[in-house]
Amino acid sequence: MSTLITKVRQKQLSQLIEKGKRIDGRGLTDFREFKIEEGLIERAEGSARLLLGKTDVLVGVKIETGEPFPDTPNEGVLTVNAELVPLASASFEPGPPDESSIELARIVDRGIRESKAIDNEKLCIEAGKKVFVVFVDVYVLNHDGNLIDASALAAVAALINTKMPNYEIKDGEVIIKQGYTPLPLKSRPITITVGKLGDKLLLDAGLEEEQVMDARISLAINEEGNICAVQKGGSGYFTPQQIIEASKLAQEKAVELRKKLKW
Amino acid sequence: MIDKQEKLIDKKGIRLDGRKADELRPLKLEVGVLPNADGSAYIEHGKNKILVGVFGPREMHPKHLSRPDRMVLRCRYHMAPFSVQERKSPAPSRREVELSKVIREALEPALFLEMYPRTGIDIFVEILQADGGTRCASITAAALALADSGIPMRDLVVACAAGKVDDTVVLDLYDAEDKLGVADVPVAYMPNLNAVTLLQMDGILTHAEFEKAVNMAIDGCKKIYALQKEALKTKYMHIKEETQEEVEE
Repeated sequence: MSTLITKVRQKQLSQLIEKGKRIDGRGLTDFREFKIEEGLIERAEGSARLLLGKTDVLVGVKIETGEPFPDTPNEGVLTVNAELVPLASASFEPGPPDESSIELARIVDRGIRESKAIDNEKLCIEAGKKVFVVFVDVYVLNHDGNLIDASALAAVAALINTKMPNYEIKDGEVIIKQGYTPLPLKSRPITITVGKLGDKLLLDAGLEEEQVMDARISLAINEEGNICAVQKGGSGYFTPQQIIEASKLAQEKAVELRKKLKW
Repeated sequence: MIDKQEKLIDKKGIRLDGRKADELRPLKLEVGVLPNADGSAYIEHGKNKILVGVFGPREMHPKHLSRPDRMVLRCRYHMAPFSVQERKSPAPSRREVELSKVIREALEPALFLEMYPRTGIDIFVEILQADGGTRCASITAAALALADSGIPMRDLVVACAAGKVDDTVVLDLYDAEDKLGVADVPVAYMPNLNAVTLLQMDGILTHAEFEKAVNMAIDGCKKIYALQKEALKTKYMHIKEETQEEVEE
């Protein structure tokens, strides 16, 4: 997920961060302005588009019926997929999902799954036989950094927007009826990614800043301020002290965003 | 499948497999186990059985993937179809693609990539039997295989998980605890540099529990680190003995 930038630019970016400043004038822990638009895809059961600076992510939710997993016979199924659409960046190529998009999908998936955001037992139609399957498809439309937070936020927004079809069972067959009910949600996790450069930590890195970062840690935080999923990425490392610092930073930011979003 | 109601830790704080909360599973580490690989290692971590082979630094194939300013590290984490209860399809799953990436990123900080431009190293991790915590055991073994190949390293990378089972933070979860426990926190660590190179978590933890789990995992790493160094030494002790025998003959 990288773009080429010159060495001079790299140096400029990292020198600024070392001084606690950023190229676009933000403080190290400031997020870019963001905007969420819900329900813009009528064909989908739920959808949301998130603009975070120039990063643009569209998430569509489709609901179908299918079989439950044998070890969870009375729970619905969640499937998250991410597409780095080639029109979003010169560095994205068409073809089957590569490791970046698989990692992105799995981070978004883990945030929703581990926070138990969806009330899975309410998605059961007939235990062991038929359940609702929730497909969350993350579509990156423009890449300007911090795809993880943008995708995770857009995915939860799309789930909040999702309407389940009403149904009845006649002779073992599921018949879809008129009308909808909201998808039963138990939690609204917020994922915050903390970037590391030397001894500095920063939030919501832009595309160019991501090129100079040593490593990142993404943390999904629930309403209680508990941590429900973590993923370190990048070729650098964190010290144990920085991990604790990063998790505190993520928790504080999650509280702030939660207020802004009214989640 | 164990009943969900059953406690995983008894009143005395002993886990189902007989361990205390901060006790590791038995480990066995061996270095130089594959004749054709440039470096190799075998690990048994509890019931996990994992083989790692390292090839390189060598010319990159396909060539266009090589980088003019550094070496490219590639890693493939792969589970044998017979390594788990229900046969796993040999085609790479999304989980395996992700684990290959995080294992690679856990090992990269240990290597001087810029010293070997235009070349590549391939690390092949084969899970022969899985029992929870395979990514950690893979990293521990892969670092040994890299060291065995003779490439300079900043430090060995060692990995271990901690997590929460019932209400207790415990070290080194095995399969049943991983599936039925509350949370799992795998950590990879370079003890000499005090650097965490892999960190993941699933489950729900408070900040204090998370901090405790990370520290417990790091303590576990330090214990395995001693075994890693021992395993490397053992290989050379064998060579020393063999050459001495030859001299005596």
